[in-house]
Amino acid sequence: MDASRPVSAVSDVVDWFADPTHWEGPGGVPTRLLEHLGLSAAALGIACAIAVPLALWLGHVGRGGPLAVNLANTGRAVPTFAVLVLLAIGPLGFGPKSTITALVLFAVPPILTNGYVGMREVDRDVVEAAKGVGMSPWQVVRTVELPLAVPLLLNGIRLAAVQVIATATIAALVAGGGLGNIILLGFGTQDQAAVVAGALLVAAFALVTELVFVVLARVAGRRPSLAVAEP
Amino acid sequence: MLLAPSALRSNVVASSSTSCLQRNDWICGEYLTTRADLIASSALEHVVLTAVSVALGLAIALPLGVLAFRFRRVGAVVLGASTALYTIPSLAMFSLLLPFTGLSATTVVIGLVLYSLTILVRNVVAGLQGVPADVVESATGTGYGPVSLLLRVQLPLALPTILAGVRVATVSTVALVTVGAILGNGGLGDLIYSGLRTQFQAEVLTATVLVVALAVVADLFLLGLQRVVTPWTRAAR
Repeated sequence: MDASRPVSAVSDVVDWFADPTHWEGPGGVPTRLLEHLGLSAAALGIACAIAVPLALWLGHVGRGGPLAVNLANTGRAVPTFAVLVLLAIGPLGFGPKSTITALVLFAVPPILTNGYVGMREVDRDVVEAAKGVGMSPWQVVRTVELPLAVPLLLNGIRLAAVQVIATATIAALVAGGGLGNIILLGFGTQDQAAVVAGALLVAAFALVTELVFVVLARVAGRRPSLAVAEP
Repeated sequence: MLLAPSALRSNVVASSSTSCLQRNDWICGEYLTTRADLIASSALEHVVLTAVSVALGLAIALPLGVLAFRFRRVGAVVLGASTALYTIPSLAMFSLLLPFTGLSATTVVIGLVLYSLTILVRNVVAGLQGVPADVVESATGTGYGPVSLLLRVQLPLALPTILAGVRVATVSTVALVTVGAILGNGGLGDLIYSGLRTQFQAEVLTATVLVVALAVVADLFLLGLQRVVTPWTRAAR
């Protein structure tokens, strides 16, 4: 690859985006974007279905704190690329099954940790008062704890979403599919413009997702804290 | 670690009868002995890439963090920009740097420095903000100028928070180095990538375990360093 001409690379990338053949067929941008979105949404949905109830329950009963809090730190030490490869060459095989499993594994910790902390940060006096006026445990969760925990819970889902999109990009190296494929194909054919174009699409997709969650968090009433996940 | 003449014994797969390499086992002692040199050099590359990236990240984050602390506008811009950078997936980050620095370790290091900046700048700012106002006031009262105040009062007191950031940055950098395999400079990630292409289970598992072990060892080392450098924090724990 020619690394000595960054200036003309810009026009190459513009040309890449202008080429209509890059926007159609199974390898085209719309198809790859939908694949990426589908993989990410499926994984995030599954992760939420597992982690949100678990975080709410653990937070409500106040148990499993160290586990919930340390899970996110542990997750940071495990390379996503390695887990994708391990699952693919292992029993799950190459394909969406191993990709989605890996994505879920990395999406659960931030949701669980933030959801748990959100529930525990609710003022105990408020919870006791709710119990005192005769609310059932379920009513306490639904009307007192959950609304107060929502900003942090949303923050956890945001971190998970960004993590999932990043990992789904790397998944192209392993099982194919998604916008990462455009980058990978560029590397394979030594087409630098394709590599950069694919990278721009991935970056834009991740930033737009982040923005959507920032807006959601604003709507929910509080700015998210700036905690981070593995890109 | 056992050192084997790997060049001589790399053909062992073909010659010996049903070794764990032939069976493609997940755990294979023979893999460790025959590829010891390659494993050691990949692990060393991994350590060097991580150390250089975090060290450069810290060298940039300290002045940037001080500026962000001093000037609110700068702070908002720096923190916003670094958060946006952190949102960019690693594979895309390395790919975006490709036109400038090519398929090289430099590209990997630049990407990793940019990521570590997000964590480090934030912790430098948080550490400086955590210095009690009355401490700053009394230091100013006893004649500290702005520079000596920063170097001899504020930064030392911010050190525990800064070092906590270095730990987080190091652990995530160790994991992220593996993605550098796409540029052929991923340390142990290169072994994972080659193991992926040949479906070599022992190679992938060994490299993965080593990456996680490296992250744990680095974290413990920095924790020890933190205790030695800031002994006053130990009493509080």
